[in-house]
Amino acid sequence: MTAVVFWVAAVLALGGAIGVVVQRNPFYSVLSLVVHLVALAVLFLLLQAEFLAAAQVIVYVGAVMVLYVFVVAYVGGLADPLTDPNTAVRATAPLFALALLVEITVAILGSGLKAIDTEGPDVAAGFGSPSAIGELFLTKFLLPFELVSFLLLIAAVGAIVLARRDPEATEPVSRQEPGRPF
Amino acid sequence: MDIAWYLVLSAFIFCIGAVGVMVRRSPLVILICLELMLNGANLALASFARMTGTHDGQVFALVVMIVAAAEVVVGLGLIVAMFRNRLPMDVDEMSELRG
Repeated sequence: MTAVVFWVAAVLALGGAIGVVVQRNPFYSVLSLVVHLVALAVLFLLLQAEFLAAAQVIVYVGAVMVLYVFVVAYVGGLADPLTDPNTAVRATAPLFALALLVEITVAILGSGLKAIDTEGPDVAAGFGSPSAIGELFLTKFLLPFELVSFLLLIAAVGAIVLARRDPEATEPVSRQEPGRPF
Repeated sequence: MDIAWYLVLSAFIFCIGAVGVMVRRSPLVILICLELMLNGANLALASFARMTGTHDGQVFALVVMIVAAAEVVVGLGLIVAMFRNRLPMDVDEMSELRG
């Protein structure tokens, strides 16, 4: 049963990932990414990372993807400059990625980790639950927790500064109707 | 399922994302492909957490998730600013900062 769920989720995750790269319309790329992220949440559940799976669905599929869809809609279906394989870098990019894949796979399978061919040790029922993760965040990982919250604040302020309309811009923005800021 | 399968899958996802970053030209799609790479790393972290039976990997994966959210916010803000200033949506033509 676990194997079936794993393979279905793995195929969906890989298919979504490939869809992200090959879709020409950015909107379809975003939708492929949603499929990929949901499949990944299923894999997290298989790994008994319950809180991680829930956070994946809420943060990524819920918040980040909505942001992406908004920006794609705002920027418009920008005619994505299609890849021209004429440039040498683009033509060899898949080769580089293949070399990277072989390298990582060899590193994983040859790592000599004893537990890599097992399903992991038996864990208590509360493994990966929000209470366990939250306790760690407030005790062992308190400093990273605070730093990350500070990072979020910086990112929010930075996004406002970046995306704000320049008040000294003299050129009227013709794409939008006057008098309607959004 | 063995942990090794999860790790190999995460390597595949990471490399597909790397192809996207190298091949695509739209900055929006490059950001999405970066998400793919981060998610591949997240899957590996969750697998290692399961392998060792500790929570540390899961906590690290959550931190990666938060950093990815911050990156998306700033990146999308940049893209909106590019759009406002009528800059070309093409990373090859955005070369004014090149030294």
